[in-house]
Amino acid sequence: MKIETRLAQAGLCTDQATGAISTPIYQTTTFRHPAVGVSTGYDYSRTGNPTRQVLEATVADLEQGDRGFAFASGMAAITAVLMMFSSGDHLLVSDDLYGGTYRVLERNFRQFGLSVDYVDTSDLTAVAGKIRLGETKAILVETPTNPLMKITDLAAIAALAKQHGILTIVDNTFMTPYLQRPLELGADIVLHSGSKYLGGHNDVISGLVVTAAKELSERIGFIANSTGAILGPQDSWLMLRGIKTLALRLEKQQQNAQFIAEWLTRQRIVTKVHYPGLPDHPNHAVQARQSSGFGAMLSFRVADPDWVAKIINRVKIITYAESLGGVETLITYPIKQTHGDIPAEVREQIGVTADLIRLSVGIEDVNDLIADLEQAMAGGEL
Amino acid sequence: MKYGTLILHNGNEIEPHTGALSIPIYQASTFHQHDIDHPGKYEYSRSGNPTREALERTLAALENGTRGFAFASGMAATSSALAILKQGDHVIAPEDLYGGSYRILTRFFTEFGIETTFVDMTQLDNVREAIRSNTKAIFLETPSNPLLKITDIAGVVAIAKEHNLITMIDNTFMSPYYQRPLDLGVDIVIHSATKFLGGHSDVIGGAVITKSEALAAKIYFVQNGFGAVLGPQDCWLVHRGIKTLRARMEFQQQAALKIAAWLKEQSWVTDVYYPGLPEHPGYEVQQRQASGFGAVLSFKTDTVERALQIMKRVQLWSVAVSLGGVESILSYPAKMSHASIPKPERERLGITDNLIRLSVGLEEPDDLIDDLKR
Repeated sequence: MKIETRLAQAGLCTDQATGAISTPIYQTTTFRHPAVGVSTGYDYSRTGNPTRQVLEATVADLEQGDRGFAFASGMAAITAVLMMFSSGDHLLVSDDLYGGTYRVLERNFRQFGLSVDYVDTSDLTAVAGKIRLGETKAILVETPTNPLMKITDLAAIAALAKQHGILTIVDNTFMTPYLQRPLELGADIVLHSGSKYLGGHNDVISGLVVTAAKELSERIGFIANSTGAILGPQDSWLMLRGIKTLALRLEKQQQNAQFIAEWLTRQRIVTKVHYPGLPDHPNHAVQARQSSGFGAMLSFRVADPDWVAKIINRVKIITYAESLGGVETLITYPIKQTHGDIPAEVREQIGVTADLIRLSVGIEDVNDLIADLEQAMAGGEL
Repeated sequence: MKYGTLILHNGNEIEPHTGALSIPIYQASTFHQHDIDHPGKYEYSRSGNPTREALERTLAALENGTRGFAFASGMAATSSALAILKQGDHVIAPEDLYGGSYRILTRFFTEFGIETTFVDMTQLDNVREAIRSNTKAIFLETPSNPLLKITDIAGVVAIAKEHNLITMIDNTFMSPYYQRPLDLGVDIVIHSATKFLGGHSDVIGGAVITKSEALAAKIYFVQNGFGAVLGPQDCWLVHRGIKTLRARMEFQQQAALKIAAWLKEQSWVTDVYYPGLPEHPGYEVQQRQASGFGAVLSFKTDTVERALQIMKRVQLWSVAVSLGGVESILSYPAKMSHASIPKPERERLGITDNLIRLSVGLEEPDDLIDDLKR
């Protein structure tokens, strides 16, 4: 069955008793046991909730993994995966990554004794050089990266990791399983901020983890149940509802993004456009090979950093807000918002500088979006 | 203002723009920012959500703390509170701690170099003797689960202060209506809001309330960083549940007292554990540090077979895990809430196979007693 069909039918008719088309929202904490030692399969909603489980089974199917797990936020999902490790373990992480991930690694997990090296994961030699035998336990990859849209060759990274007995963990938030399925390319664990494309409506905070194999599923399942950062039933239901239109939304969004990226390259005040769908993107070919699309996230640089505030304060249709992946187009200033927690010198080094603006392209009419950007840029007369 | 009024009127019950007497459910992930140099109060719902804030402020008001934090579950609250510790730190916890808390301490925090010593906290000397040079925190749970042992909160706090240790307490069983540990000097209060605060067996949630701004900042950092936050719908349900906290707790406690007294007279009952019974060893301490005894009790039957038979025959009592809801729940700690503790350890603690725990709800107590007679 094609993914479009599986998306549309997510959670369809799961309730055998009534035949309800939409999965019921089981707003319950606990479940009555038919007799001592006999369970209906559900005991306590932290451990397992029927609504959440339909979502979890859906993402496991979409990512072609063994099991899915739904968490209270994308950060809760990442934290749960990081909880698999122990004091003394070493991790390799993409150097251009979401600020929230950087923050938990630096501030929380470092005090638990984990050590982390940040490396450009699009450079395989650099990655191989940082592996510490016996100590390095995992490589955490974001591709495309946030906000610079750098592309990592997932199959190559996974092969390198396997060679060294290291886990490959991929944050697949930007692509979604509709465009990219890292487990099929050899990754062990896929992560999502479900708040973004999967939810898709800027209305729910959530996170998802999908594991490739049973042994990993058991470890993540144990962590999810024990540390309890699970997703509630209402939010699980909203996620399922969002997933049904994922294909439609992303197709429209990436079409808009491609159009805007090309338009931006022609603007006088724009010095650089980062979008893997542009043929001159350094890893355009890798992206074309490992994904079925280029997504709807892009970033661009303007000639004078002072123009950033003017553009952001002037947009009318485009909303100035953190987050991404929703049906509405959002504009973000990484150094002040998503990447504010990364020290300035580290930001400079990786290229997240004051001239950089990020766009999450929505499903509005693309001409309206272009007109809005055009008036915000005042036809180049800033 | 009396406490019963504070539960309903603490400044977080009316939405100012429309006057709605119920806080709106802000099912939003992100918030529009008007000015690049002046971020608004809300930016991203993991970092702050208006519905969650109303609940968090209510929790802070009820526990008389500086700030409250809502989490995805009681275990997410406990995990997040413990996550302020570092590799090399040592914790002292009660030996009959809730199984889920025991599990994270022994299976996760040990992996990150944080060790725990479990002691019988009803004897303060045990706490004192367990202190090491690297001890950073004392974790309390009183009444304990499932044997309702009482720990002298002020006594532990005094020891902690002497050694500059942080005290954390799981206040789930009492709720702030009956016991306010921050007023007794505790630093951090934790709740499974799934229980009495939510009160309707319909929402999984957790809460942390801090006494000092410094600890509040640390907890907020973990809440925002680890992101185990409670969703807006669930926040609204807990907020709604809290409105009837007093009415529920008082009725449930009356019923629990009646059932405890009845159980005591049954020939097939060997022990009743309820701090509201004058012969309970912690009765006096409980009277001093709390204004009630709560609605959870446990008892032992003469034989294991009888315990199993009761669970098989009851009709009004739901045989389920969890507690604190309007419905009465009967649970079997050895197989349910405390199954994650190894059997020899359970037996040593008195969590035997003939132990039954009751969470008394809002049904007519006589009906509940008749159901147990079956």
